[in-house]
Amino acid sequence: MGIDSLIGGTIWDEYSNKVTNLMNNPQNMGEITEEDAEKMNAKLIVADFGAESCGDAVRLYWAVDPKTDTILESKFKSFGCGTAIASSDTMAELCRGKTVDEAVKITNIDVEFAMRDHADTPAVPPQKMHCSVMAYDVIKKAAAQYKGVDINSFEQEVIVCECARISLSTLQEVIRINDLTTVEQITDYTKAGAFCKSCIRTGGHEIKDVYLVDLLDEYEKEKLSSKASLGNAGAITGDFATMTIVQRIKAVDKVVDENIRQMLVMDGGDMEILDIKENGENFDIYIRYLGSCSGCASSSTGTLFAIENILKEKLSDKIRVLPL
Amino acid sequence: MNVYLDNNATTIVDPQVFTEMEPYFVQKYGNPNSLHAFASDTHPGIKAGMEKIYAGINAPREDSVVITSCATESNNWVLKSIYFEYILTGKKNHIMVSEVEHPSVISTAKFLEGLGCKVTYLPINHEGIVDVQSVRDNITDKTALVSVMWANNETGAIFPVEEIGAICKEHGVPFHTDAVQAIGKLPVDVQAFNVDYLTFSAHKFHGPKGVGALYIKKGKELLPLLHGGAQMGGYRSGTLNVAGIVGMGKAMQSAVEALEFEMTAIRKMRDAFEDELLKIADTFVVTPREKRTPNTILISFRGIEGEAMLWDLNRAGIGASTGSACASEDLEANSVMEAIGAAEDLAHTAIRFSLSRYTTQEELDHALGAVHAAVTRLRGISSSYAYTPKDHISGLAEHH
Repeated sequence: MGIDSLIGGTIWDEYSNKVTNLMNNPQNMGEITEEDAEKMNAKLIVADFGAESCGDAVRLYWAVDPKTDTILESKFKSFGCGTAIASSDTMAELCRGKTVDEAVKITNIDVEFAMRDHADTPAVPPQKMHCSVMAYDVIKKAAAQYKGVDINSFEQEVIVCECARISLSTLQEVIRINDLTTVEQITDYTKAGAFCKSCIRTGGHEIKDVYLVDLLDEYEKEKLSSKASLGNAGAITGDFATMTIVQRIKAVDKVVDENIRQMLVMDGGDMEILDIKENGENFDIYIRYLGSCSGCASSSTGTLFAIENILKEKLSDKIRVLPL
Repeated sequence: MNVYLDNNATTIVDPQVFTEMEPYFVQKYGNPNSLHAFASDTHPGIKAGMEKIYAGINAPREDSVVITSCATESNNWVLKSIYFEYILTGKKNHIMVSEVEHPSVISTAKFLEGLGCKVTYLPINHEGIVDVQSVRDNITDKTALVSVMWANNETGAIFPVEEIGAICKEHGVPFHTDAVQAIGKLPVDVQAFNVDYLTFSAHKFHGPKGVGALYIKKGKELLPLLHGGAQMGGYRSGTLNVAGIVGMGKAMQSAVEALEFEMTAIRKMRDAFEDELLKIADTFVVTPREKRTPNTILISFRGIEGEAMLWDLNRAGIGASTGSACASEDLEANSVMEAIGAAEDLAHTAIRFSLSRYTTQEELDHALGAVHAAVTRLRGISSSYAYTPKDHISGLAEHH
């Protein structure tokens, strides 16, 4: 909360001056007819995206020079709110003069950035980022039409949060590495889910194949099943080799907790795991001694061998323990 | 010229109301519950205000009209107290509300649903009016409350509260109606038919903001929502809003006096304005006029997204409203339009114009000019009216 949230206000207060001006006087609004394109010796491309029933729709017109693939003229028509119209206008502007291949690289983030008054102040409030996504999608559609290919061929990866353009693989990786359990954490780490919020769970403005809550569920299940297999199979080396980094750290932690820590604590010491690295076929586990262990003569000999032997026995004979 | 056509959201305070309230800020500022002249100076004003409020809805003296802070508080109070008394204790397990209630009812019902209460959301028909048969079909001996608004805030549709009240009485189920949009626009008489609880709010009929009320029939007493110093007979604690009560009383009196004017002159102006709007091509109105409050028009302009329309109207000094997705936090389409089952492509195009007794013909003429200009400009931008080359297969519907 805080005073700003309590006072509230309207979404219009958060539009940049550029957005306001473009809504009032769009610069690239209009049509290109077949006759217009012919006069330019260009190919006319007309691409549609969205639908009135969804609240926004855009039609993009391009006149493309077939010899150079350059977009000679670029116009739009749009059904939508002020930010949808301003985004479409900016998108059409960004396309002009570029080749089709260059235009495909324009993202909704470029469009939003181009509408900012100041580099560090967003052009639109978070829930309006959604409007710029449509501007991005329609470019892909126009390019696909021009090249006679499927629109999906431009998308290298699956995008879960379209507003912030965060991919499925990025999200899965961030969730695993940081052991995330809530949507708020995902948003803090990646910005996914911070804008129109459609990607968080079903019921939002956009229908998605996969939502953030699904990714959290998937990771939760994965953790449970790895815990179960760890419990059942204990020291099978194959398991350790196929585990993810987080699973490995957890497995090592568990063994340290159950079999090693007590021994160290009795002597007034302790240890922590710093990192696990694959080194050829070996797994190098970097540890740090704490308390009386750090400085103890046997910490690099007897105690170290004991720790390493236990981990080898319980997890993998390819383990080496390296104190730092 | 600035024209305010958003009177279902809030209204201008009647200058006479303001005049009557003024002494209760600097001169008669005592706490009415104290034992001194500063306090007793406030009592005649409170009494007169309360008498006017009672008279305005024809409430018998033995019934209660409890002053609250707003209609949202009144609506929350009814639903939550019914939950505490009947649902939580296991005596009943079910409430019914219409699917197009104000958020202060819908969100509260959803909250109670999360706590284990069964909730039926009564559907509305193609005219935007709640279906009486669905009340009959869903009411059970475990139903603790039926809550259906008197008139809808977005469409102005008048709901069959008399029939629903009768069904509730027949089954011994308490009946609540949110009459926020009815006071000053329709005759509201709590004795004319069965109503146990009735919500209203001063700022919707030219009174001040921050004052609401809940009518409670004798014998249907509720547990208090706000506990404390036992003001309002222990029903609703909190230092009395003296100026608010005085203001609401005066506003109620004026609203009742102006009711005839509202139902004839304002209705006539509304109808004429609506006729002019409907002359614009591709415009649609859902609820028939005779089934609406006399001041409200909800109209769709095909091809123009609601927030974009408000944008242009605002630039021309016109204040109207839309339930369109884009103007709201959650990007969801107008719930009433969706519930009515309006053509999908119109769900985001509805604009509400709501008049008051302060609206003038000159203002409406000016607004009409602004609407024409906005429609021309925005349809010029709209993809819905864009040039399509002869072999082009429109993809404007394949999204989602």
